[in-house]
Amino acid sequence: MILKDEVRILKKVPLFAAMEPAKLKLLAFTSDRVSFGADEVLFHQGDVGDAAYLILDGIADILVDSPNGPIKVAEIESNSIVGEISILCDAARNATVRAQTPIEALRIRKEQFLKLLADFPEVTIEVMRVLADRLSQTTAALTEERSQKQAS
Amino acid sequence: MEKSITKYIWRHTKKQQLLILLVVALSMIPYFMSFDLPKQIVNGPIQGDGFPTPGATQTYFRMEFDLYYFGHVVLFEGVELARAGTLFLLSGLFLALVVVNGLFKLYINTYKGKMGERLLRRVRFELIDRVLRFPPNIFKRVKSAEIAGMVNTEVEPIGGFSGDAFVTPALLGGQALTALVFIFVQSVPLGLITFALVAVQAIIIPKMRRRLLVLGRERQLTARQLAGRISEIVDGIGDVHSYDTSNYERADITARLGRIFKIRYDIYQWKFMVKFLNNLLAQFTPFFFYIVGGYLAIQGRIDIGQLVAVIAAYKDLPGPLKELIDWDQARQDVQIKYTQVIGQFNIDGLIDPSLQAVVNGDAAKPISHPLAAVNLSLADESGAKILERTNLQIARGETIGILGTAASGGDALAEALGRLHWPDSGKVVAGDADILALPESVTGRSITYASSDAYFFSGSLRDNLVYGLKHAPVSKAVYEDGGVSRRWEEKEARQTGNPEFDIADDWIDYAGTGANGQSDLLESIIPILDNVLFSKDILDLALRSTVDLSQHPDIPPSILKMRQALRERLEAENLTTLIDYFEPGAYNTESTIGENLLFGNAVGTALMSREIGKNDYFRSVITKAGLDRALYEMGYEIAETAIELFGDLPEDHPFFQQLTFMTADDIPDYQRLVQKLEGVDYADVAAEDRPSIIRLSFAYIEPRHRFGLLTDDLMARIVEARQAFHDGIPDTLKDDIEIYDPASYTASASLLDNVVFGRLNSKHADGAEQIQAIVLDLLDQLGLYNEFLASGLDFQVGTGGKRLTLAQRQKLTLARALMRRSDYFVFNRPLTALDSTSRDQIARNVLAFIQDGANSPAIVWVLADTALAKLFSRIIVFDGSTLAEDDSYDDLIEKDGLLKKLVSG
Repeated sequence: MILKDEVRILKKVPLFAAMEPAKLKLLAFTSDRVSFGADEVLFHQGDVGDAAYLILDGIADILVDSPNGPIKVAEIESNSIVGEISILCDAARNATVRAQTPIEALRIRKEQFLKLLADFPEVTIEVMRVLADRLSQTTAALTEERSQKQAS
Repeated sequence: MEKSITKYIWRHTKKQQLLILLVVALSMIPYFMSFDLPKQIVNGPIQGDGFPTPGATQTYFRMEFDLYYFGHVVLFEGVELARAGTLFLLSGLFLALVVVNGLFKLYINTYKGKMGERLLRRVRFELIDRVLRFPPNIFKRVKSAEIAGMVNTEVEPIGGFSGDAFVTPALLGGQALTALVFIFVQSVPLGLITFALVAVQAIIIPKMRRRLLVLGRERQLTARQLAGRISEIVDGIGDVHSYDTSNYERADITARLGRIFKIRYDIYQWKFMVKFLNNLLAQFTPFFFYIVGGYLAIQGRIDIGQLVAVIAAYKDLPGPLKELIDWDQARQDVQIKYTQVIGQFNIDGLIDPSLQAVVNGDAAKPISHPLAAVNLSLADESGAKILERTNLQIARGETIGILGTAASGGDALAEALGRLHWPDSGKVVAGDADILALPESVTGRSITYASSDAYFFSGSLRDNLVYGLKHAPVSKAVYEDGGVSRRWEEKEARQTGNPEFDIADDWIDYAGTGANGQSDLLESIIPILDNVLFSKDILDLALRSTVDLSQHPDIPPSILKMRQALRERLEAENLTTLIDYFEPGAYNTESTIGENLLFGNAVGTALMSREIGKNDYFRSVITKAGLDRALYEMGYEIAETAIELFGDLPEDHPFFQQLTFMTADDIPDYQRLVQKLEGVDYADVAAEDRPSIIRLSFAYIEPRHRFGLLTDDLMARIVEARQAFHDGIPDTLKDDIEIYDPASYTASASLLDNVVFGRLNSKHADGAEQIQAIVLDLLDQLGLYNEFLASGLDFQVGTGGKRLTLAQRQKLTLARALMRRSDYFVFNRPLTALDSTSRDQIARNVLAFIQDGANSPAIVWVLADTALAKLFSRIIVFDGSTLAEDDSYDDLIEKDGLLKKLVSG
C-alpha cells in the first residue's frame, strides 16, 4: 500500500474528507506506517494520547476497564480512525485499543497534525465543521435521551 | 614573589647571569682582535709594511721570555713567513676569528634563551601553583579565561627579557662608556657637549616613553577583559540564543574592540613621535661637532685628526645608547606586566603549601573524630549571613538528612564541610583540629563532598571515576629508554622550581577503593555503577559507540556470538520481523538505495552521502548496470512528489525534517529542474542535470516514503550492481568502505549496529526498545556484561562532561564519590535532575553501600525535599540561616514543628 492509497483512505474519514488531496498527501507522508500483530495493544486507557491511528487493514477491539477487568465495547474495521480526540486536545485515552487481527495502520502524530492546522487555516475550518457536526449530533442524542427519561 | 622583576630574575638566575657576563667579557677578546686584523692585513702583506724587499720574511708566533733564574728562554722558535704566506696566515686567522665570534654568539644566545625559558617556566608554574592555593571565594570573582590569558600570554615577555636583563646593560653600557671616554680624551669641550646631549636623550626619551607604558598597561587590561568576555559568550551561548541577546553581545564586543583600537592607535602615534624625536636628538650631536669642533679647529685649539677621531668615535655611541634606552623600556614594560600579573595572584589567605604536600596512600594520617561545626557562621559574597552560629557534631556511622525552608543554611553548611566555603567566624573541626589547618591529604581523602554541579575533566568516564583517587603517584612509570628522558625532565623541573612528580606514573590509589591494582579495578567500579543506576546508561553509550579494537581485542568475537544469539532469540520469540538483516545477495528494504548499492560503511569521505554521486568508479558501475536510467526516472518522480508536498511550505517548517532527499534550500532548484525536464527522455537530459536528479533516488526507502517506486526487478538489479561494485573496487577506494560481512565485525560501526547487523523494521512502533532490551539481556546471558561495560567506560565525556545528560552527570558525580573510602560523605542535593523514583532508589542504594563500608562512615545529605527524609537516622532542619531542629525523624514529626510543616507541605 503506497502513499496514494493512504490518501484515498484518509479521504473516506469524515474528519479529513473535505481536505485538499495535496494536504492529505502531506499528512500521510509525515505520518508513520506501523504494524501490530494480533493482540498487540495500540494504546492503553489512561495513557497520554500523542497520535491517532488510521486503520488501513485489520480489525481492532475497543476495550474499557471495568471492576471485572477490561470489557470490549466496540470493534473498528479498516478505513477508520481511532484515537483522533487526543490529537486535538490533551485528553488521556478513554479506552484501550487492541489488535484483533494483524493490523496495518498509519500513525498520525499530534504535533504533525496541529502543525498542519496552523499552516493551513482552511483545513482547520473543515475540522471545526466536522467537530461541530458531531457535537450537534451528540447534543441531539443527549436531548432525546433526557426527554425519554423525563417522559418515563 | 618579588615586587621587582629585576630582583626576581636575579634571585633565580644569579649564577647563570654571572657566568654569561663572564662569557660575554671573554667574547670581547676575539671580537676586538677581529677589528684589528683587517688593518694588519691591508698594511702588512698587501701594502708591504715590514717587507722592505721581495723575499723578506717576518717571524710569527715566536715565544720567548726572560725568567729570573733561567735567563732568556725561547719556548718556540716561531715561523718565518714571506709576504704571500703572511697574507694566507692572516686571512686564515681572520676566518677563524669570524667562526669563533659566531660560536660565541651562538653560545651566548642559546644560553640566554635557555635561561629565559627556564624563568618563564618557573613564573608560569608559580602562578598556577597559586591558583591551586587560592581560597575558594576568589573563584567567584575571576574569569577563567583571564587567568589563562595571564599565565599563558602576558608573562611571556618576561622570559625573553630575563636573558637580557643584566647582559645587555653591561655590554651596551660598556660600549657607550668607552666611546664617551675616548671622545673626552680627544677633546674635553666636545666630550662635554656629547655628554650633555646624551644626558638629554637619556632623560627625555624614557620620560616620553612612560606614557607609552601607561597605554601599554591599558592595552593589556582591555585585552584581558576581552578574553574574559569572549569566554563568557562561549560558555553562555545557549542563553544568548534563547534570550535573543546576540546583538547585545555584538554591541559589547564592538565597544571593547573600539576601545582597544583607540588605545592601540594612541600607542602607534606616540611611538613614532618618540622615534622622530630620538632620531633628531641623535643627529644634533654631529651638528654641534661640526659647528663647535670646526670652530675650535679653525682657531687651532684642536687638530683635524682629533676632530675626525671624535666624529668616528661618536658613530659608535648612538647605536648602543639607543639600544640601551630600548632595553630600559623593555625592562619597564616587563616590570609593569609583571606587577600587573603578580598583583592578581598575590592574594591574602592563600592555602599554605605545606597543607598540599604530596602524601602517599599509606602515609596519610587518619582524620580525628567527630566532625563538628563550632559556632560556625557563613556569609555570602555580599556579606549577608547564610549560616548563623551553628553548633553540631557528626559522629561516625550517623546518617544525617538536612532539610530546610527556601534559601536555608543547609547548602552552606555542606559547602563548609567540603571546605568550599570558608567560615566567616567559628570553624569546622575534626577532633580538635580546624579542618582548614589540616593537610589536604587528610581532609581531601577523609571527607568526600559531592554536589549536583560537580565538574568533570575532559577524558573518559573511567578517568573521571578514578579522579577522586589520584592523590599521589603510587607506582613509577616504566620508560622504554631506561628513564633517560625522564631523568632529563626531572633535572629541568628541579632547575625551575617545578615539582618532580611524573604525570605518567600511576596515580590511582587502588587501595583507597578496595582494589589491588589496574586488573581488578573494574570489580570495584561495577557495584558502584549499579548502585547509582548508571550501568544501563553506560551500556547504552557503549552500544552506540564504536570501539577501539586495540584496547578491546576481545570484542569482535563476542559481538559475532551476540549477533548469532540475537538472531536465535528473535526466531524463538517470533520477532524476526523486527530486523531486516543485511544479506549479501539480497536487497535490504529498510535501507536507502544508496546504502544498498554500497552495502558497507563508508569510512572515507569519497563514498559519503553527497560525495558518492561525484565518484567516477561508482558512477561507472551504475551506468554499466544500466541503472542510471531507472534511478533517474525514480529521482524525477521523487523530485516531483517532494515539490508537490513541500513546495508551498515555509523554509523553516518542521516537516522538512521528514524530507530526507533534499533540504528546504534545494526546493527552488528542483522546481526549476522538474519544469525543465518535464517529458524529456533520459537520453536527452543534459549530463550536468543527471547527477542532481539521480542523487535523490539514493536516499529513498520504500517502506518509509511509500511512493511505490521500487519494483522487485529494480531491487534485483541493484543487488547485481552492488556485486559488480564490490568485485571491481579499485585499490584507491578499498580503504574508503568497509563492506558488510555476516561473518565478520565492522570496525567502523557501533557495537549495536554490529550486533543487530541490519536495520530495524520501521513498522514496529517500539522495535528499538524491544531490541535494546533483548540485547541487554543477551549481554548478561553470554557473560559479556563486564566487557561491554568496560568499553563503555572509554566514552569521552567532553568538556565539563557536556556529552553526558545532566542526570548522567549527577549519577557520575555520586559514583565518583563512592569510589572513595572516606570517613565522611557530604552530599549537597546531588540528584536534582532525576525523577523521584530513581532518586529514591539511588538514595537507598547509596546509603546502604556506604554503611556497608568497614570504617562505618557518616553521611550528611542535603535533601531537595522531604520525600527521602525517612531514610536517615537523624534530621537537621534549618529555618533560613539558623538551625531549628535536630533529632530523629519520628521524634521531630511527633513534635509537630518545622519538619512536620515541611512534610505536610
